[in-house]
Amino acid sequence: MADKVEFELVSPEKLLLSEAVDMVVVPGTEGNFGVLPGHAPFISTVRMDVIDVYNDGKVSERIFVAGGFAEVTPQRCTVLAEVAMPLADIDRAEVEAEIRGLEEDLQASSEADLGVLIQSRLDVARAKLDVLAQQV
Amino acid sequence: MPSLKDLRNRITSVKSTQKITSAMKMVAAAKLRRAQEMAEAARPYADRMGRMLGSLAVSMKDHPGAPAMLVGTGKTDVHLVIVATADRGLCGSFNSSIVRDARRMVAEIEQGGGTVKLLTIGRKAGDQLRRHYGDRIVEHYTEMDKPTLDFEKAAMIARRVTEMFAAGEFDTCTIIFNQFKSVISQIVTRHQLIPFQAVESEGDKATDDAEDLGGAVYEAEPSSEEVLMELLPRNLAVQVFSALLENYASEQGARMSAMDNATRNAGEMIDRLTLNYNRARQAAITTELIEIISGAEAL
Repeated sequence: MADKVEFELVSPEKLLLSEAVDMVVVPGTEGNFGVLPGHAPFISTVRMDVIDVYNDGKVSERIFVAGGFAEVTPQRCTVLAEVAMPLADIDRAEVEAEIRGLEEDLQASSEADLGVLIQSRLDVARAKLDVLAQQV
Repeated sequence: MPSLKDLRNRITSVKSTQKITSAMKMVAAAKLRRAQEMAEAARPYADRMGRMLGSLAVSMKDHPGAPAMLVGTGKTDVHLVIVATADRGLCGSFNSSIVRDARRMVAEIEQGGGTVKLLTIGRKAGDQLRRHYGDRIVEHYTEMDKPTLDFEKAAMIARRVTEMFAAGEFDTCTIIFNQFKSVISQIVTRHQLIPFQAVESEGDKATDDAEDLGGAVYEAEPSSEEVLMELLPRNLAVQVFSALLENYASEQGARMSAMDNATRNAGEMIDRLTLNYNRARQAAITTELIEIISGAEAL
């Protein structure tokens, strides 16, 4: 398939998505970039935001990623994400509850290790809210 | 000579032991299947990470500004050895073979004049190494698989290791774990984490990539250095994670075969005890008969 890009989205726990698509727009740390077939080999870090998958001129899928790396070759675009979930699956109320819970945990925890862990979860949850806010 | 009652008690107790071991075998088998699925699912990420890092590393190798995590600190004085075992026993030689290898490694390094620091994962590693090398253990983690073995836990360990490396507390880092080959064979493996060593993946992958790129070198954004600086600690976490997954699968495999053996042994023991029991019972009956007959004859 010359006019398609193999798009792969991988998290440490599993391969989330692997399909041929027309274009992907990846949120790089230095700005979004679109990947079409035949893109020059390229590696970038990814910020917390939304990946847009384009098929037939429309956005066919929107996926939230919490940072990671993207590797682009002429045939492929691979995104290594630590956390990834379809935008449609993010529930505002749930995220808000999660943030409240995590904030309490952060107050309560004294261990430094645990604090870092909670803080990173909190950052992810807040990024989810930001992304949701942009959609409205 | 044990009495009939003693024998009966023995048989009941061995039978209940057998029930426990066979139940443990079932549980281990179920967990093993899950562990293998997890290891399978985690492989793509590690593969791609390795590929990315490999291609960047090649271009950075001789670069003067290459990060220390990639090329090392230039010294090999202080070694950090990560020893990963299980939290529980009853899994054959799984834990002891790792600990034995860890001891050997510590001895090797110290003979060569180096200093060793230990980071232990799993209760067994901590317990067994504490006696001899208690002063060298810098960090100890347990209960990695509770509630589930997930990436965050590996990331936590990796973060600690990265911090220690950044603070100059060690020069090289190696992880010792059990590579899962099959249910009956797990191989104790040493894998060097710092400086970075490319993971050997299947041979056909490399040729695939060469075709893909047509020999071109990756552009990197923001820059090779910055991407590497982010990629290397992440890679550390991935390596630790995959080692832990391998270890978990190995543990379950080892437990399964150990419990299978135990169940079989218990079965043999029950057979032998039952035979003894029947003999003793018959002997008692014979004795009783003789007593009756000789009593009747005496009349």
